[in-house]
Amino acid sequence: MLFIKVILREFKSQKLRMALTVAGITWGTISITLLMAFSVGLEKQMMKSTYGLGKGIVILWPGQTTLVYEGLPQGRIIHFVPEDLDLIKEGAPGIDKISGEYLRWGVVVEYGKKQISKLVSGVYPEFEELRSHYAQVGGRFINELDFKHKRRVVYLGFGVAKEIFGDKDPVGEVILLNGIPFTVIGVMVKKLQNSNYHGPDEDYLVIPASSFVMIFGDPYFDNFVYSVKEGVDTKDVEKSLFKLLGAKYRFDPNDRHALWFWDVKEQAEVTSKAFFGINLFMWFIGGMTLLIAGVGVANIMYVAVRERTREIGTKIALGAEKKHILFQFMAEALAIAFAGGLLGILFSMVVCKLFRMLPLEGPLELLSQPTVNWPVAIITVITLSIIGFVAGFFPARKAASINPVEALRYE
Amino acid sequence: MDNGKLISLKKITKTYQTGRIEVKALRGVDLDINKGEFLAIIGPSGSGKSTLMNIIGCLDIPTSGKYYLDGQPVEDMNIHKLASIRNKKIGFIFQNFNLLTYATAYENVEMPLIFAGKPGRIRKEKIMECLSSVGLADRAEHKPTELSGGEMQRVAIARALANDPEIILADEPTGNLDSRSGGEIIDLFEKLNQAGRSVVTITHDMNIASRCHRIIRLKDGLIESEKNNHQ
Repeated sequence: MLFIKVILREFKSQKLRMALTVAGITWGTISITLLMAFSVGLEKQMMKSTYGLGKGIVILWPGQTTLVYEGLPQGRIIHFVPEDLDLIKEGAPGIDKISGEYLRWGVVVEYGKKQISKLVSGVYPEFEELRSHYAQVGGRFINELDFKHKRRVVYLGFGVAKEIFGDKDPVGEVILLNGIPFTVIGVMVKKLQNSNYHGPDEDYLVIPASSFVMIFGDPYFDNFVYSVKEGVDTKDVEKSLFKLLGAKYRFDPNDRHALWFWDVKEQAEVTSKAFFGINLFMWFIGGMTLLIAGVGVANIMYVAVRERTREIGTKIALGAEKKHILFQFMAEALAIAFAGGLLGILFSMVVCKLFRMLPLEGPLELLSQPTVNWPVAIITVITLSIIGFVAGFFPARKAASINPVEALRYE
Repeated sequence: MDNGKLISLKKITKTYQTGRIEVKALRGVDLDINKGEFLAIIGPSGSGKSTLMNIIGCLDIPTSGKYYLDGQPVEDMNIHKLASIRNKKIGFIFQNFNLLTYATAYENVEMPLIFAGKPGRIRKEKIMECLSSVGLADRAEHKPTELSGGEMQRVAIARALANDPEIILADEPTGNLDSRSGGEIIDLFEKLNQAGRSVVTITHDMNIASRCHRIIRLKDGLIESEKNNHQ
């Protein structure tokens, strides 16, 4: 009780100076918390949008040979055929899920009087998991039966759905693809996607690979999409694929241009590391700001020690030990630090809350989720404690070493 | 009454270094104070009264000489022991009260009990007992600014009594008070003394000094004269 009174007294007698000191700590906390909140939020959104393409997947395209191999010339174009799927499944056990993908641009899509030209992709059911093609409630992705029976069913990107159907529920409706009727079985849920290899997923139509071949007759896959099993290094899988497909298509396993890989998993890891660096930098900036605020606390504590010299002398005369005096000033410095910190964290939380309510679209959406999470709050509190402790320690030590005789004479 | 020596000072000197000038505040004081004694220290300004008081109160250490408190040499005591003596054995009273202005009378009296590490329930009992003994139980929740000078000094006395000290050290306790309030303070001192406590007070007021058992006159850091009143 008394301790709180001491601080309140200090606040009363030093209104402006206290306000500035607390404001300094508040400002430092806000900068550190907000920097971190936006950084964490940005990272989260970045990771999420990376996962929009697929969580830990690799995309594989056929290339062109650049090395002479077994008497064959360079410059041969590699093509993937459906049989390669089984070959890879058997020969590369590190692979978890794999799908071939056929693509055709400029397919005429008709519904009633509406007619647009879109990309159509023919895929295997595994594609749903691999590429985060999750259907909105009331619909589904292509399944094994669709594939087996070469059903004429189509799954729409949410952009396409909106373009054709507006606000109407497309599921169950029949659309024409190059004049052939297809039933809509599902629409993709909205998702963040920051990278793609043939346009954003919201903007094309997906049909079973079997139906695709039946209609368009494509003999070759445009690419494979696969994921690796837990704990398997994507680099090892790449090597085994070079060997496996190299043996079949007779190219040098060291011919880097015969196969093209896009390792999304590796990219996500790089992004994550980059964010670690960014976070560290943010901490540094925030920490510096708090440090300056800490100097303010130390300053006001020195003033407090001087102004309370006689009080300290009295307390020593009444039997206070050094620890009592130390505690008083340390506690006060910490109290100032935490008061400012609390204000700062609260303010930051309000800012984050408001920011989350803003309707941010497009690239700005990446900034739309600032997050004051536990690590941020805990590290902020720890930083504040250190600042408060350091800022209080030196004045407190000075106070505790005051000569009581002189202190009692002090005017 | 037990007339054992509570305090025994042997050839105490104290020299202050003020810049390049040496000030000899005490130049060899021999003084014994018995248990239950009521002693006045008088003397002109700069005669070393307060310095002597600070040494007796274990706030200051002599430059030379020996100080025995209850037969124990003070120079052998560490800072914790000294703090404990100031806390429990000695009760300090100052000319300008030195109360915490932002705290109530209750909280002021509580302070030495907190330093002594007494638990809250015992503190409460003791505080009210001390405030009652100085007649201020009804003023417990008042702040010093709401009290008269005499009342403030009585709060300070209650504070000095909190840990039941054997000896009360008062440095001109009535110096800032009108004569009536000052008289009340001395009445209190007499009462405390009759209850068995030793009281040592510095004073300029001969009316007060005359009510003490013994008067010590200091001059230039030495005891100039000594007078017994009631013997």
